[in-house]
Amino acid sequence: MADQKKGKISRVAGPVVTAEGISPRMYDVVLVGELKLMGEVIKLVGNKTVIQVYEDTSGIRPGEEVVDTGAPLQVELGPGLLSSVYDGVQRPLPVLRDKQGDFVSRGVTAPGLDRKTKWKFTPTVKKGAALEGGAVLGEIPEGNIVHKVLLPPKAKGKLKNISEGEFTIEDTIGELDNGTKIQLMQRWPVRQSRPYVDKLLPDIPLVTGQRVLDMLFPLAKGGTAAIPGGFGTGKTVTSQQLSKWSDAQIVIYVGCGERGNEMTEVLTSFPELEDPKTGKPLMGRTVLVANTSNMPVAAREASVYTGITIAEYYRDMGYDVSLMADSTSRWAEAMREISSRLEEMPGEEGYPAYLAARLSEFYERCGRVKTLSGNIGSISVIGAVSPSGGDFSEPVTQNTLRIVKVFWALDSKLRERRHFPAINWLTSYSLYSPILEDWYRKNISEDWNAVRLWAMETLQKESELQEIVQLVGSDALPEEQRLTLEVARMIREFFLQQSAYHPVDTYSPLKRQYEYMSAIRKFSEHAKKAVSLEVPLEKIVSLPCRSDLGKLKFEEAIDQDLKKVSAEIEKQFAGLGV
Amino acid sequence: MGMAKEYHTISQIAGPLVFVERTEPVGYGELVTIALPDGSTKRGQVLDTSDEIVVVQVFEGTGGIDRGSGVKFLGETIKMPVSRDMLGRILSGSGEPLDKGPPIIPEKRLEIIGSAINPWARDNPREFIQTGISSIDGMNTLVRGQKLPIFSGSGLPHNDIALQIARQAKVIGKKEEFAVVFGAMGITSEEAQYFMKDFERTGALKRAVVFLNLADDPAIERLLTPRLALTTAEYLAFDLDMHVLVIWTDVTNYSEALRQIGAAREEVPARRGYPGYMYTDLASMYERAGRIKGKKGSITQFPILSMPGDDITHPIPDLTGYITEGQIVASRELHRKGIFPPIAVERSLSRLMGQGIGAGHTREDHRAVSDQLYASYAEGRDLRGLVAIVGKEALSERDRKFLDFADAFEDRFVRQSKDEDRTIDQTLDLGWELLSALPVDSLTKIDRKIIEKYHPKQKK
Ligand SMILES: Nc1ncnc2c1ncn2[C@@H]1O[C@H](COP(=O)(O)OP(=O)(O)OP(=O)(O)O)[C@@H](O)[C@H]1O
Ligand SMILES: [Mg+2]
Repeated sequence: MADQKKGKISRVAGPVVTAEGISPRMYDVVLVGELKLMGEVIKLVGNKTVIQVYEDTSGIRPGEEVVDTGAPLQVELGPGLLSSVYDGVQRPLPVLRDKQGDFVSRGVTAPGLDRKTKWKFTPTVKKGAALEGGAVLGEIPEGNIVHKVLLPPKAKGKLKNISEGEFTIEDTIGELDNGTKIQLMQRWPVRQSRPYVDKLLPDIPLVTGQRVLDMLFPLAKGGTAAIPGGFGTGKTVTSQQLSKWSDAQIVIYVGCGERGNEMTEVLTSFPELEDPKTGKPLMGRTVLVANTSNMPVAAREASVYTGITIAEYYRDMGYDVSLMADSTSRWAEAMREISSRLEEMPGEEGYPAYLAARLSEFYERCGRVKTLSGNIGSISVIGAVSPSGGDFSEPVTQNTLRIVKVFWALDSKLRERRHFPAINWLTSYSLYSPILEDWYRKNISEDWNAVRLWAMETLQKESELQEIVQLVGSDALPEEQRLTLEVARMIREFFLQQSAYHPVDTYSPLKRQYEYMSAIRKFSEHAKKAVSLEVPLEKIVSLPCRSDLGKLKFEEAIDQDLKKVSAEIEKQFAGLGV
Repeated sequence: MGMAKEYHTISQIAGPLVFVERTEPVGYGELVTIALPDGSTKRGQVLDTSDEIVVVQVFEGTGGIDRGSGVKFLGETIKMPVSRDMLGRILSGSGEPLDKGPPIIPEKRLEIIGSAINPWARDNPREFIQTGISSIDGMNTLVRGQKLPIFSGSGLPHNDIALQIARQAKVIGKKEEFAVVFGAMGITSEEAQYFMKDFERTGALKRAVVFLNLADDPAIERLLTPRLALTTAEYLAFDLDMHVLVIWTDVTNYSEALRQIGAAREEVPARRGYPGYMYTDLASMYERAGRIKGKKGSITQFPILSMPGDDITHPIPDLTGYITEGQIVASRELHRKGIFPPIAVERSLSRLMGQGIGAGHTREDHRAVSDQLYASYAEGRDLRGLVAIVGKEALSERDRKFLDFADAFEDRFVRQSKDEDRTIDQTLDLGWELLSALPVDSLTKIDRKIIEKYHPKQKK
């Protein structure tokens, strides 16, 4: 029989190469041409194999050799992932730079995990233990966490031996009685989700420290959120804020087809920042996957899978992981680009018909789960969406909204006004709010939900009143309604606006958010009384406590200031006879 | 390279594409020459290659090619010669000298399809470039290594803005080697003259490399021009340590050429007939801006893009906005009011501003002043709409101040003359002067300490 592992190229069209003479399986990795460019089988027709290539194909010709590796695209999982910076197919960018220089060139392989580093492994199971796939075997200190070494999901058996000590990821640390050797590293195909026992109700919030998100449109640990917005509305800044401040233990940031300079910014700012929870460097809980817009599109297509597989691995250890994908639209466009080279029947706006299926498969991989080892872990996914023309009716936005539970709608009008985060409070929503109520009641305040509702209602009323104001001016409104406008303005300008760049304002703990909104509400209630006692509105809004409420968010001593201002509100209204 | 074999097996010619049969294996992206019956040659590039057929995109257009024309595949992708001597030269859109000067003696030959800068190798762009234009320096600050396009429209003075930037741009307190690379795609010869005259008048030409593809040059050549310009820029910046400003115009003409190729290949288009890969294609050029760790030079891009029908949601500005680090938007409304430069501050944005301003870069109050100017200007603009309905009398005293502020902001802050080169201190002080006409308690974007230090009426 002919060698089925080697064949020849018959066609090259950009990132899509057709080969003959091999019979690989779908999604097998193949090495293309004399340069041995990495590619993946994406279609089999007749005797033809269609391959998407992760590197630039310039100069590659028909007739060159193709080799089937017999394995699908996989990532390496083990200690050493944290703090890493990878391209879309898990090649470490620092290693690529060492090998190739400042520009990414071709045909270089670089394994995802370093082979030389020794890790201090302490077993937590004993010889003789009967182990199922996914069982925790021991621990290694890694970055800001304890890395749990897991038995690969498909392995099982009685533990024949296991050793304590310092190992590289390829050393054997133990063995099962069926002869399976155990290493610190395992591999997993990126397009396949890692198994777990059960999905659980996502009833704990992912605290982000961003007031508009936490208070009005909360995300749950294990939940899904989309941030659609036209260019420059704040998708990246929001994603980066979440990766800095959200109370996940592990953060995976996938820069999918976006800017090189943004990656640099993450790389320079993260090492200087502290994880708000542990006080350790932020990089120590982060994995970056950076496949920028000018890097090969097939690798861009793979990057979200690389990211989510790493996320699943840490989830399986029982951690809360959050994954930001900026931008899922670039991923969808990569699919479109490849699909059009395959001459597939296009769906809407040229996207492939399977766009919706791919998106939901991806989001389905998150959730709060009981892991194979019996722990609880979660993956929350925040997907930026870049709608063409800023128009949310386009296919990627629409298909995403059908899947995710939280919608953070960015608004160019707000952005023009420098209202940041430019999240529209009228059109955004979170379906987790009701599920999370209990948690807030127990952990923050009995009153949390009432305060939240009050704020939402005030903003809603404002928008109704605004329509009238547009027609007749605000002077035509009764004092009480003008007060509502003033209060809504306080909610917007003081509470909802939050500067990512201000050292104090950038992060706001839940307790503080609650105190802050409560103080505004208190002001509102006193002001209402004052209005009913016919105190002129001008007088009310020029009370110093009002502007103090606006400024305190920038003060180091914000929590004390909040208490002070709260007391001042009473005093100053008393001065007006309330 | 050896002698390339010549084929006379053209089977089809469609738009800018030539289909060649029965060739030996040809590489994807390979450079092609086609010998025409009239003795001239054209150049092209392989877009699709297989055992049966090779598709070639011809840069100089397919006019004059016949079935019998001779096609040669040169065995390598497109490279260009580069050298320091390119400074001061005027070249065609495909890199041939137009200025009757000597041929360029290459110090190097470089692939024009640049490779991506490894994100790990990038350095953060954070050096403030003072353009002397308040609406840019104060509100939409440019930094070295940024790509910041101007979104304009027909009849707006984007060229004057670009030229003013080219003349005035500097990093305060530094004397370093700089260069301007100018790439023109499909602009009129009159426009080209306008640029050239200014370059000559100011002596900038000595420090410039000019690539000209004019309106009557082949459209497909426009796919080459910006790549030649950027390859040159990379050489000057990263081999010769220069700070390079790349001005290319007009991105819209480039994109039309891209659409033409797509249509000729009968590809399924994405929006409004533009190819689905236009984002990736544009990014492959815009991303060739930046700084590299350990290298002295830098590439800053200032592309000019005219928005078809002034529509910012049109795919060309839209995709550009998604790639570049902000945009300067030219405003027809301000232009009609006679304000130069007519920059719509509220719609413009510089994403890298935060990294290039503040203490140590510009001034500690910069962020606060600019945030406040934005907010107050936005409020004033809103009120204009209201005044149109209810009249100025219906406004409160406070509102009237905001209304006046918006006018003053346009008239004094935005407006300046074509040779007025304001320092950043002048720009910020002017901002304070305008803000001081507003009630202090409405300056919510500025914290107390900064007000006490800089506010003309509140200074302690
Ligand atoms: N929370 C925030 N605080 C302060 N500024 C913000 C905030 N969010 C966004 N911005 C401002 O808006 C700019 C654009 O934001 P960002 O880069 O996140 O947009 P984007 O939606 O990712 O755009 P694109 O789709 O083009 O990538 C930022 O550079 C910053 O100036
Ligand atoms: Mg972004």
